[in-house]
Amino acid sequence: MIATSLSEAGRLLRSGATSAEALLDDALETASRTEAQLHAFLTIDADGAREVARQADADLADGIDRGPLHGIPVALKDNMCTRGVETTAASQILAGYVPPYDATVVARLRNGGAVMVGKTNLDEFAMGSSTENSAYGTTYNPWDLSRVPGGSSGGSAASVAAGSSLLALGSDTGGSIRQPASLCGVVGMKPTYGTVSRYGLIAFASSLDQIGPFTRTVEDSAVALTTIWGYDPLDSTSYQGEYPNPGARLDRGVDGLRIGVVTELSGEGFEPAVEAATTDMVARLEKKGVEVLEVSLPTFDIALSAYYLIAPAEASSNLARFDGIRYGLRVEGATTEELMARTRAEGFGPEVIRRVLLGTYSLSAGYYDAFYGQAQRVRAAIQEDFASAYEQVDVLVSPTSPTVAFDAGARTSDPLAMYLSDICNIPANLAGHPAISVPVGLDEAGLPIGFQVMAPPLGEETMYQVAAEVERLAGFEISPRALEVAT
Amino acid sequence: MSWEPVIGIEVHVELMTASKMFCGCAVAFGGEPNTRVCPTCLGLPGALPVTNRVAIESIMAIGLALECQVSERSVFHRKNYFYADLPKNYQISQFDVPVCHDGHLDIEVDGQTRRIGIERAHMEEDTGKSTHLGAGGRIHAAEGTLLDFNRSGVPLVEVVSRPDLRSASESRVYAQELRSIVAELGVSDARLEEGSIRFDANVSIRPQGEETFGTKVEIKNMNSFRSLERAIAFEIDRQIELVESGGEVIQETRHWDEESGVTHSMRVKEGSSDYRYFTEPDLAPMVMTPEWVAGIRERLPELPADRRARYAAQGLAAETAGVLSALDAGLRRLYDHAVLSGAPPRSAANWITGEVLAWLRKAGVDAREARLDGPGLAELIEMVDDGSVSSSAAKDVLAGVLSGEGRPREVAERRDLLQVRDAGVLDTAVADVLAANPGAVEGFRGGEEKVVGFLVGQVMKATDGRADPRMVNQLLRERMSG
Amino acid sequence: MPIEIDIAHVARLARLDLTDTELESYKAQLGVILEHAARVQSLEVQPNVEAAHPLGLTNAFRDDELRPSLDRDEVLGQAPEAIDGHFVVPPAMGAE
Repeated sequence: MIATSLSEAGRLLRSGATSAEALLDDALETASRTEAQLHAFLTIDADGAREVARQADADLADGIDRGPLHGIPVALKDNMCTRGVETTAASQILAGYVPPYDATVVARLRNGGAVMVGKTNLDEFAMGSSTENSAYGTTYNPWDLSRVPGGSSGGSAASVAAGSSLLALGSDTGGSIRQPASLCGVVGMKPTYGTVSRYGLIAFASSLDQIGPFTRTVEDSAVALTTIWGYDPLDSTSYQGEYPNPGARLDRGVDGLRIGVVTELSGEGFEPAVEAATTDMVARLEKKGVEVLEVSLPTFDIALSAYYLIAPAEASSNLARFDGIRYGLRVEGATTEELMARTRAEGFGPEVIRRVLLGTYSLSAGYYDAFYGQAQRVRAAIQEDFASAYEQVDVLVSPTSPTVAFDAGARTSDPLAMYLSDICNIPANLAGHPAISVPVGLDEAGLPIGFQVMAPPLGEETMYQVAAEVERLAGFEISPRALEVAT
Repeated sequence: MSWEPVIGIEVHVELMTASKMFCGCAVAFGGEPNTRVCPTCLGLPGALPVTNRVAIESIMAIGLALECQVSERSVFHRKNYFYADLPKNYQISQFDVPVCHDGHLDIEVDGQTRRIGIERAHMEEDTGKSTHLGAGGRIHAAEGTLLDFNRSGVPLVEVVSRPDLRSASESRVYAQELRSIVAELGVSDARLEEGSIRFDANVSIRPQGEETFGTKVEIKNMNSFRSLERAIAFEIDRQIELVESGGEVIQETRHWDEESGVTHSMRVKEGSSDYRYFTEPDLAPMVMTPEWVAGIRERLPELPADRRARYAAQGLAAETAGVLSALDAGLRRLYDHAVLSGAPPRSAANWITGEVLAWLRKAGVDAREARLDGPGLAELIEMVDDGSVSSSAAKDVLAGVLSGEGRPREVAERRDLLQVRDAGVLDTAVADVLAANPGAVEGFRGGEEKVVGFLVGQVMKATDGRADPRMVNQLLRERMSG
Repeated sequence: MPIEIDIAHVARLARLDLTDTELESYKAQLGVILEHAARVQSLEVQPNVEAAHPLGLTNAFRDDELRPSLDRDEVLGQAPEAIDGHFVVPPAMGAE
């Protein structure tokens, strides 16, 4: 790889040591070498990317500098609308669908001179924790090709780990950035809800979805975040106030900060290597001057249950628009009702159908109050739990995932087992708080382990401050040995 | 058995904002299909709604005009159902916290004031339009339904009355009054024939004196005020007949057929719909602060009921006040300006609701283009009052003014309609007539009043009808008495 | 105990034309998932507030201004079926 981080690539570009086109060639070469095994991408737009790369080089030569993403090869999860480029959400129901507009984050990347390499694979409609629910075949883990990369943003995570992009965007509704980041040994974060526009993100659960970056370093992550976040008048849930400066305290160290270790996120279901790595990192942070507290957030024990009522409910409504009438797959019927029902039954995969049924049920007459209504009350209680925890500590930490990457096929016949992959991540989604996963080590089988740092709303500065220290202490090297990656 | 009809009316008002409820597509009538659509109103993947502030201010104005409470805090809900003209297969609407609630509308029916309760006014988005292939002279042999989403996302205010109406004619008055308020507020075209205002009625019957409600039937497709009244009247009779012959009213939706004058049953739904309402997560809650509400209230125009009260205070008879109030804004402004220019209110109102209106209608001229202004009408009225013209000549003068011939006095002069009021000229004419009719003079002096009329007529004849009859009358009496 | 649901009714509400075998399979899976989800009812202390946007957003409005609409050809180009500038569906539009 010419550059192993976005920031390094930026320096080399501006010093003239490399070009945007060279960076793109590097990324495309990695892709062509690894895609057969990895299948991280659904679409690679080499021609389109080359045009943009050449323009980026011309701009730089003319003294036009569009910012940190100028000339950088990036990948986008295929649930973000890209005008003129097929966008499928990894579903048959959107096979061949070409959006007539760009998502806001896509427009920002374009304006920032980013070079879009292609669209990455995901669990269908972002529903899953392994990318095995994609209608176009699964993605595999660059560290062990018989295992999953995590999900739902598995393609983006795998691409960054492999080096076929220096930045990849994913979306995180119930851990779908952080968990695959952990399983693929890269940095992945979910911003405060409302700070990154959802306009153009194919909706899964509206009150939970957030777009965020996969990168190879914490610094890259902070830089990438600043290019994609900010108020968007096209999104009514977009934050209009002042935004922090995420990279402000990356070199500050952690002396004097208070860290809370979440009691509920350990024990049964957590692999020993994962728990050991977490405990070890906490101890090292303590030596660097943090105060460590054990913090209990009892509502975390029912967070998963609340999530599996709220998210499918919103999803069942968001996915109602896929009916074969205005775009996408159409299966004919004698009446419109038949047409819709056949189109949806054929176009949606089993996990999507499962969640649509679940969501419809939990909103339906007679069940709303005990299920959806009650889940929202639990959600409020979780927000209160977080609020009192943050009176005692500055950040909360835990493993990102209870396990390392599991075998492909290991959890596909047990939905509940799959859902348990996200127990560490879901509370931050329900509360709308920012959280990041930093790779801290490998288990005995050589599989990456991720460390999660959670912070209060708009607490990205402190979150990154701790994450940077974790990264320094871990000294983790992104070298997925299952692929022959030239670094 | 004496039956009491119980009626509630639901009104849908399309707002006349520039852009749609949740996106920047234009709100307009007609045009090529699917040319005013965007990701949001077409329900494309990834699209999001953003609320139009003017639409919210419009519904607040409607609510305030109907004496409603404006909720301090209001949210949108998703109403989930699948239908081809509903692009997202949910409608963004309101469920349990509408923008406005608990108001009333007072209507005049048969000289009585009836207070009709308003349960709520809530905000929602309109759906697309469907036309059936085969209709409208299309050539295609294939069957199908065509969908146009230009109307999808247009702001819609739904006003729901309490079931306080008790007759078909009352219902019509209610609907008309509501329509005129909405038009007065300037928030909607409110044209029934264009569909920018739509009425549905819920009709049930119960034995007189009974408190519990009977089964209600929803009536749709009433496209004029007249058909609204006819439809409700028909439905009341239908239900009474049905029950009196041993049948039962079933809860259903019925379609009014104007041609055949009956309501038809639409397919009875298997079970009622489960809309699975939940708070719209893509929209922020709305907080209607007291300052915001007060600002809207201040900017409300004069509403019909207040206007009628003002007319009554100015001395107009109730019926005239009603007629005038229902006229075009241009004519009402003419009235106000005339009164401001000194015209007596009753005269001004009578002229406008009578001669002026008749002339405009016959000539096919819009009130706004009328060549008569307030001071002009006041001048004309004064000319009649002071005898410059006779009241019949004044009609000609009016016609002349409206045709653009000039101001009233100019027209009267040019058309030679001014009455002769020169004392000298009239005195001579009077003297001549008296000299020629000694018998009549005798009669008057003997107490016969009616000879005065005969003598006035003689003077009018002698002056080609140009003499001021009042002056003549006065002069005759003076001479004969003196 | 897995929860019993009327899966055919739910599938109809969601407009999913599933086979009887599929319905049975989903019914069983949902029963297990809902049993787990029902744990939300074990919440001991009711919260003082409603769940809200973490940054307390209210009154997110836009001005009543026009934005460009989509080009119709681009829109209808994605339609599975279109006639005379309209989208097309079978004659019966479906019940609510």
